[in-house]
Amino acid sequence: MDIHEHQAKEILAQFGVPVPTGGLAFSPEQAAFRCRELGGGRCVVKAQVHSGGRGEAGGVKLCNGDAEVRDYAAKLLGTSIVTKQTTAQGKRVDRLWVEEASQIARELYLGFVLDRKTERIMILASGHGGMEIEDLAENDPDSLIRMVIDPAAGLAEYQARELAFGLGLEGKQIGQMVTVLKACYRAYRDLDAMMVEINPLVVCEDGSLVALDAKMSFDTNALFRRPTVAALRDPGQEDPRESFAADHGLAYVGLDGDIGCIINGAGLAMASMDMIQLAGGEPANFLDIGGGASPERVCQAFRTVLSDRNVSVILVNIFAGINRCDWIANGVIQAYKEVGIKIPVVVRLSGTNVEAGRKLIK
Amino acid sequence: MAILITEETRVVLQGLSGRIGQFHAQEMIEYGTKVVAGVTPGKGGSTVLNRPVFNTMREAVAETGAEASLLFVPPAGAADAMMEAAEAGIRTAVCVTDGIPAQDMMRVKRFLRRFPRERKMRLIGPNCAGIISPGKGFMGIMPPHIYIPGRVGIVGRSGTLGYEAASQMQALGIGVSSSIGIGGDPINGSSFRDILELFEADPETDAVMMIGEIGGPQEAEAAVFARDHMTKPVAAYIAGLAAPKGRQMGHAGAIISAFGESAQEKVALLSACGIDVAPNPSAMGDTVARMLSQTSKAA
Repeated sequence: MDIHEHQAKEILAQFGVPVPTGGLAFSPEQAAFRCRELGGGRCVVKAQVHSGGRGEAGGVKLCNGDAEVRDYAAKLLGTSIVTKQTTAQGKRVDRLWVEEASQIARELYLGFVLDRKTERIMILASGHGGMEIEDLAENDPDSLIRMVIDPAAGLAEYQARELAFGLGLEGKQIGQMVTVLKACYRAYRDLDAMMVEINPLVVCEDGSLVALDAKMSFDTNALFRRPTVAALRDPGQEDPRESFAADHGLAYVGLDGDIGCIINGAGLAMASMDMIQLAGGEPANFLDIGGGASPERVCQAFRTVLSDRNVSVILVNIFAGINRCDWIANGVIQAYKEVGIKIPVVVRLSGTNVEAGRKLIK
Repeated sequence: MAILITEETRVVLQGLSGRIGQFHAQEMIEYGTKVVAGVTPGKGGSTVLNRPVFNTMREAVAETGAEASLLFVPPAGAADAMMEAAEAGIRTAVCVTDGIPAQDMMRVKRFLRRFPRERKMRLIGPNCAGIISPGKGFMGIMPPHIYIPGRVGIVGRSGTLGYEAASQMQALGIGVSSSIGIGGDPINGSSFRDILELFEADPETDAVMMIGEIGGPQEAEAAVFARDHMTKPVAAYIAGLAAPKGRQMGHAGAIISAFGESAQEKVALLSACGIDVAPNPSAMGDTVARMLSQTSKAA
């Protein structure tokens, strides 16, 4: 689960990461007020959307005074920002973050991720910040420093120092960097994050370190024990179909094709999409109904898939292990009754209770 | 012999008292699996399906000599249950549970390293369908009738694709020595490579079908292992050719987030290592048949 920049900054600040002063705004008036709060001079207005690459897409602007902030805010609020990370529809701008302008001397990259090779938390850092990590890895791989953290010992101070020196920091900055690294690690660990990224982490002209941008995403499997994190969810940034599906225990990802898919198991769902594409078609979605799916859940799956207007036919592909074909069949029948299906549906049933399921469908 | 489970393996179920645990335990017992006990904290002293239920894994192992454990424990308590099994002396644990926090798995893997090699527990899963040695026994949630006994090993992340492979092979009369589901999570107990090592050492396995998907480095590592250290042939299928980058496809681990994690890149790498990759999921059985006929020609 992703959160907004201002939320990530607030969390990281609580753990001890220095961040610029700023305020949240939902209207042009409020944005202008935030500017005056900061002294009324130069400030940065940033669209709060769940995507990187906002700057290039026109979602970040250095403004001079509250009048300029109000104009820019009026132009931005309510529109959608399309970045290279979003779909063509983009992400809606409902809130802005207005913060003090920083005097930048140097930009660094700092990221914490789950490294699947070592199965541990890994720090990625580079002395060349500001670029997306993908571009860094491609254009400047030698500048990347990688450091793996032992979960039993935590981030050791010597590791943090080594990293700070490796980035070419000096003097008091070493201590500041150690504080930032330990804070990020604790935030990652204590809140079940999957990613913490400060890009850029800047060295200001006075030599101090500040997190100019911040991104955090969290392990959805751990939200049950992180209610404060779960409360930061912004449904306005999600595909409504995906939110609806998630609320009904379905894993759904909307795609661009016209063949709707209702499948059990993530692997079979991906493989069915592959086969559709190999046969010259285009899947409209990924959908895994999960294990032990009730007729009601199957019915919700039909609702989800049919909410995509591009869908012209539906493929139901079930190989039941922990599922039961008779429940699936009852779900299909229920969907015909309750949802009213006007397009062709192709059903394949195999596995547990397949005979009972086929009989029901007939 | 097969790998990880035979007719002799004494199995305890963590979470036997639950509805799902009982349903699958029944199936396992009917298939001939030696289910000897259950463990549900607070339900010690009761019996389920004529098997004694204990409060702790330590008691269950001491009283019944169980050496393998199947976990049907909800996500919040699953990591703890895995560690309890390891401490109690269980040799093979299979965890079906989906939805375990990644950092819990990080902790479990670190915990398992504290045991010396000779008493270290092998963990399969989580978020997997389980393991089966056809005709001998199984631990998990798969429909056992789709597997016929034979000499081809199956290892895969996805449960349902494992079923597809087995039933296609059954239709062609090709049997299975053991089928192992390693699960769809980003951090899992055993990797593709770990299971390939076991199949390579198993005298009752002649060849292996490996079913991978997008996300993570494990398929690539396994391919290099197969090229450098295996005498037995390996065929494969990789799911997710149509999956977009950066979107999670159901499994927590099925997401393309780094170089080499897309299906296209994995297929290229596996092929370069000499592995025959099925072009689509309905060709898995045919690909295994082709691999077997080529091996017998070579021999």
